[in-house]
Amino acid sequence: MAVVFQKTSMLTDAPFHYCPGCTHGIIHRLVAEVLDELGVGETAIGVAPVGCAVFAYNYFNCDMMEAAHGRAPACATGAKRVHPDKVVFTYQGDGDLASIGAAEIVHAAARGEKITTIFVNNAIYGMTGGQMAPTSLPGQITTTSPYGRNTEVCGFPVNMSEMLSQLNGPAYIERVSVHDVKNVVRAKQAIKKAFQAQIDGKGFSMVEVLSTCPTNWGMTPQEALKWLEENMIPQFPLGVYKEV
Amino acid sequence: MASVKFNEEMCKGCGLCVTFCPKQILRMAPVRINAKGYHPAECIDLEKCIGCASCARMCPDVVITVER
Ligand SMILES: Cc1ncc(C[n+]2csc(CCOP(=O)(O)OP(=O)(O)O)c2C)c(N)n1
Ligand code: SF4
Ligand code: SF4
Ligand code: SF4
Repeated sequence: MAVVFQKTSMLTDAPFHYCPGCTHGIIHRLVAEVLDELGVGETAIGVAPVGCAVFAYNYFNCDMMEAAHGRAPACATGAKRVHPDKVVFTYQGDGDLASIGAAEIVHAAARGEKITTIFVNNAIYGMTGGQMAPTSLPGQITTTSPYGRNTEVCGFPVNMSEMLSQLNGPAYIERVSVHDVKNVVRAKQAIKKAFQAQIDGKGFSMVEVLSTCPTNWGMTPQEALKWLEENMIPQFPLGVYKEV
Repeated sequence: MASVKFNEEMCKGCGLCVTFCPKQILRMAPVRINAKGYHPAECIDLEKCIGCASCARMCPDVVITVER
């Protein structure tokens, strides 16, 4: 018998601290496998966010740094300009990227920084206890919208992939999901394309991955995958938004 | 012939592998618990395993190794 699936050496032995069934873990694995398969694992530089993935630096077997909340694209810009030969990526949640870090991601993308952003959109602030995020859905119940997000008062969800794809700097932007095996496989292909665009020197690349937060959504891991599929995908359609 | 192995101490008992196994041969161990306090996933009929790795691809904690 031959091994058809095993843990990649681009992940350390540290156990993930994520809640049971949280898809942050699946996304970590996909990024690590892609870095390995592209042969850039040894030299890659990752930037961890503030949010549940704050400890991502313990899990990826490459150089990692920790940025202040939302500032990962700025740190990655510095790392890439000093080390233009290295693959540099950020891993950010939707609170981190679309709220406090909205300016940084927009301008990194507009400048066409040759970095790759893995944007984990779980429609909520996970780490801090489930507050409403810019990406929370209309009507979504969170700790700061206990009667559901009221768009009269709180406005509408921000579709980052669509927004950033209007700029000239990005070379590759795709939105994927990890709610079943087929989509997990597709998500990995998208992440690979995004890193390849960086390696080819084409410009900024981002993959938005729709992800679950069973704990703060108040659901089982299985219910959360179903909720993602039925509620998040209509608001955040999957697909390639930019490819040059 | 195929086989699945669980790095049991890393399992958080989320059950996603159980849900996504097309052969429905996985379950949460009914009595045993690991050091984290979770009932870990286990295979109850390895003969039926087709080595598709659906379980491993959906496992958020990269617990599973698959051979075929
Ligand atoms: C400057 C600053 N402001 C606010 C916070 C509090 N804070 C920590 S994580 C977080 C949001 C995290 O949400 P998200 O980026 O969606 O990631 P998730 O935890 O859902 O993966 C906030 C507001 C902080 N740590 N630093
Ligand atoms: S709080 Fe939510 S996003 Fe954070 S680890 Fe738990 S399930 Fe995942
Ligand atoms: S490899 Fe496929 S058939 Fe075997 S246990 Fe995993 S999901 Fe089930
Ligand atoms: S998916 Fe992974 S963590 Fe969840 S029950 Fe199965 S082996 Fe355990």
